[in-house]
Amino acid sequence: MLRYVLRRVVMLIAICFIISVGSFYLIHLLPGNITTVIEGPGASPENQAKLYKLLGLNKPIYQQYFVWISNVLRGNLGTSFISQTSVASTIRAALPIDLEIIFLSQILAFITAIPIAMRSARKPDGWLDRAFSAGSFTLLSVPTFIVIVLMVLFISIKAGVPHTGPSSYVSFSQDWLGNLESMALPAIALAIGSFVVYYRVLRSDLIATLQEEFITMARSKGLSQRRIMWRHAFRPSSVALLGAAGVNIGGLLASGFVVQYLLNIPGLGYTLISAIDTSDYLLVQGIVLVVSVGVVLINFIFDFIINIVDPRISRE
Amino acid sequence: MSNFPQFSVLEEAILVEKPEAKEPLGILFWICVGWIGLNIVGALFANVLPIENPLFQNYSFINSGPSLHHLFGTDDLGRDILARVIYGSRVSLSVGAGAMVIGFGVGAPLGMLAAYRRGRFDTILTNVMYVLLAFPAIIATIAILSFWTPRSLFKIIVVIGVASIPLVYRVIRTATLSVATKDFIIAAKVQGATDRRIIFRELTPNIAPIAISFLLIGVATVIALEGALAFLGLSVNPPTPSWGNMINEARTILQVNPWLVIFPSAALCLFLLCLNFIGDRLRHHFDVTEVKL
Repeated sequence: MLRYVLRRVVMLIAICFIISVGSFYLIHLLPGNITTVIEGPGASPENQAKLYKLLGLNKPIYQQYFVWISNVLRGNLGTSFISQTSVASTIRAALPIDLEIIFLSQILAFITAIPIAMRSARKPDGWLDRAFSAGSFTLLSVPTFIVIVLMVLFISIKAGVPHTGPSSYVSFSQDWLGNLESMALPAIALAIGSFVVYYRVLRSDLIATLQEEFITMARSKGLSQRRIMWRHAFRPSSVALLGAAGVNIGGLLASGFVVQYLLNIPGLGYTLISAIDTSDYLLVQGIVLVVSVGVVLINFIFDFIINIVDPRISRE
Repeated sequence: MSNFPQFSVLEEAILVEKPEAKEPLGILFWICVGWIGLNIVGALFANVLPIENPLFQNYSFINSGPSLHHLFGTDDLGRDILARVIYGSRVSLSVGAGAMVIGFGVGAPLGMLAAYRRGRFDTILTNVMYVLLAFPAIIATIAILSFWTPRSLFKIIVVIGVASIPLVYRVIRTATLSVATKDFIIAAKVQGATDRRIIFRELTPNIAPIAISFLLIGVATVIALEGALAFLGLSVNPPTPSWGNMINEARTILQVNPWLVIFPSAALCLFLLCLNFIGDRLRHHFDVTEVKL
């Protein structure tokens, strides 16, 4: 176990290093003179000097990386030259919104996917299983950006449900109930995408698990159907579910971006796309770095949880 | 038969060896193939089809719903939606095909070689690919496309294609591993077959079914990704139509003209559904269960 965790930590550090190099190099993909592109042609010499200091632009490129990374590790991601606010504080303000959307959507996805997958697995090829399998297969082909656009079209506009349309976002500290109302549509849109994956993974894994001998044993002991499902079948199958959830997280963030963009919710995604539109490159770079490292960290945590659920994995 | 007991044993052995009857592909499979074919033909011959110019702005028909003149209606600039949907498929199809050519062109040979040769080459390459796989590809794609300006179809194909290499590598490597350890490969080696012969004549045909079903699902994934990028305004620049950027343009005028969102969405979803369905059917047909996609 310890060896396994150590190996994963080494891998984690390697990945974070590559991400940092990648994020650093992004700036150099920009065409032309970097200070002019980032700060505009009319930048004051003072601002130019600030950028030079942050990025170490007068040094060779490998030294530039060390200048930049030591700034980043101290929490200095630079100051946006468009809004004049620090990139770190902008990210700190936007990040909770992303986390809230993801948190809500995952709760919705799990509380629907788990019972329905269990029902399906109990009678494979029954009417419920057929209906949900066909439905989930179809939904697999509907990208989140289409789901959310259609939801806005039919729910907010055609049906006229209040507090769901674009620009209806209310912050949590301002009015928590209104906040939940405005988060309903994004959370459901993301939950649909996750539900489809979780349902399919858990269903097929449960069907396989239910054919194992220990289930027959549990049945012959006369245990109730519910107890067999939750205590005997769900635990081994939850490994597959957790694996799918871990892999899903990157896509979930990207879907969150799409939803925020449509509904003008000021999370990281909305901030990122506006920053791209206004050529606020330092902000883009900062968000990319934070989000990528976040995804990798979450994957790491999921690996760890899977190991606790099924310790055999680390022994392989 | 009873006079030759050993004979019946042999026959039993043959019966066991005989492969099970393959699951039929079904009519829906061919309908999906037809739909994909129709889309490809439409994209290739969009110029000669009797449809309007997708860039022509007719100001006397703005945001008009479906009619005989404009089967799918017109958008906010009076452009024919049907024509734009057909021309828009060009972007999706080229990204799907182009990115997968890059992904399979690099990932598949590397994966096969690594699994066939094993040793240090395999260890190093596989570790590198696993590190790359842990990298959130979608975020990386958005990041690179936002800095690597001006954006063009070529750059989008390159970025998505390169991002797909580790995934293709992993699938093909796993598939090759399961085949490369089989007896007939060892038999071929014992007979003194060259590596090239084994790779092209023995390995490739056995991996092909897995590769093809994964390829189709890969194309669907890539097209969905391009759609999302276009929706965020990070794909080809307007006025060039693509399914994703049409939906993006429609998002501000949903109230006025819902058709502008419904037709490209339907085109994209139907296309993805058909690809996924074909891939899924083929997987069942060839009974690919060892490789988890």
